[in-house]
Order: sequence, then structure tokens, then C-alpha cells
Amino acid sequence: MIAVQVTSGYYLTFAAILFTIGAVGLLVRRNVLVMFMCVELMLNAVNVTFVAFSKALDDISGQAIVFFVLVVAAAEVAVGLAIIVAIFRRRRSGATADDIDLLQG
Amino acid sequence: MELFLFLLFAGIALIGALGVVLSPNPVHSALSLVTVLIAIAALFVVQDAQLLAAVQVIVYAGAIVVLFLFVIMLLGVDRSESTAETLRIQRPAALVLGFGLLVTLLLLISPGWATGEQSLRGVANPAGGNVKAVAESLFTTFLWPFELTAVLLVIAVIGGVVLARRSHLAADEELQQLEEQDSETETS
Repeated sequence: MIAVQVTSGYYLTFAAILFTIGAVGLLVRRNVLVMFMCVELMLNAVNVTFVAFSKALDDISGQAIVFFVLVVAAAEVAVGLAIIVAIFRRRRSGATADDIDLLQG
Repeated sequence: MELFLFLLFAGIALIGALGVVLSPNPVHSALSLVTVLIAIAALFVVQDAQLLAAVQVIVYAGAIVVLFLFVIMLLGVDRSESTAETLRIQRPAALVLGFGLLVTLLLLISPGWATGEQSLRGVANPAGGNVKAVAESLFTTFLWPFELTAVLLVIAVIGGVVLARRSHLAADEELQQLEEQDSETETS
């Protein structure tokens, strides 16, 4: 068996695929909560990229920045879910992005 | 061995990601998201980022997904979503755009960005260990952004409370309606 060196390229490719899945999911799904989860997928793909570069360049900054991404993700989820709860309280009819059409006139 | 671990956890993460996107039930999506997050935490361990792996499991899988499940259960939207399309071209367009995005990202990756430059802010795994290295980086180089995250979190907490709280007026109106309904049922 040949020992294959796992380079940062492997992780970057994996992160690119994960990011794409998240982006396509964000476009395709209509449930607001699932759209949020797809945003989390994309953020995680970026985290994988940061850690891969941190290892490839032997630099700790990449791992420190992942912390800030985590904080932003947590804040985003807290505010976003509060917005969703507020929307649901007004219109109990639907859970999808199509139901939020107040600006459509 | 590293290749095996990479392929295993990357495969799990990608299958989980497809599960998030494809499963019609939001609860199943959330559970698939947990799978993805834990697989990514394992990939962090493979890359010698032990502290981030722990934080990933605690913060993401522990807190964020629980918050998701809380909201799903609170709103009672755990029934399956109809898969009918409302915009006809939406899905093909999304797939085409996604493919374009993937090709672009892979092209960006392909030249290889690991230049062999030495680190400027400290090596990733010094003798003291990964946790110490991250802590030193956070409390010296990134001290100002670190303090700003505290402000950001406070703003997010206040914003969340303000948005999710129902106003006194609305609550009073709801109460009044309920009382009227009660009195109607009693009289009838």
C-alpha cells in the first residue's frame, strides 16, 4: 500500500464541495430553518479551509480566526432564530420563505 | 492512516450535508447537521487543531443545533415540507449556479496556496501545545477583535430578546381575545 500524503489540497477540495452543497441548499430549500442550516454548512466549510491553511502554513492565526467565525455564527443564529420566531408569531400559516412576502405589495 | 481518516470523515460530512439539503423534514436536517459538525470536528483533530475540535462539538453540536431543534419544536414546524416547486426554473438554475461555484472554487484551489512561507504570528503546534498557542494568539495578536466579540455577543443577546419578546400590547390583546372566547363558550 502506498502511503499517500494528505496535503491541504484535499481539505480545500472537501471544503469547496461542502460550501457548494450549502450554497445550493440555500437556493433550493424554502424552509427558513433549513436555509439557516445551509448557512451553517457554508460557515463550516470556511472553517475547514482556515484550519487547513493554518496547518499548511504552520500559522496559528487561522485557528484563532475560526474562533471569530464561531462567535459570528452563534450571534447570527441567535438573532436569526429570534426573527423567525417573531415572523411565526404574526403569520402562523406557513414556514417557508414564500410566505414572507410583505414587500411584494 | 491520515488518508483513511480523511476519507472516512470527509465522506460522512458530505453525506450528512446532502442529508441536510435533501431531507424534507427539518428535524432530520438538524440531525444531519450534527453529523456534519462532528465529522468536521474529527477532521480538526486530524489536522492537529484539538482545541477547535472541542469547541466545535461544544458550541456547534451542543448549543447551536439544540437552539435549532428548540425553535423547530417551539414553532411546531416539524412536519415535512412539500417538495413542489413554486418557481419553475429555481432548481435547475440553482444547480447550474452551484456547479459554476464549485468549478470556480476548485480552480482557485488548484494552483496550491501553500507557499512555504514561515508563519508570522506563531507556529500552529509549538512545544506548549495547541491550546496554549491558540490562547496566546487570541490574547496578544487578536486581543482587540477578541474584545469586540464580547460586544457582538451582547448585541446579539439584546437583539434576540427584543425580537422574540412579544410586546405588552399584543400580549394584552391576545389575553382579551382568549377571555372573550372563554366567556362565549361559557354562555353558550
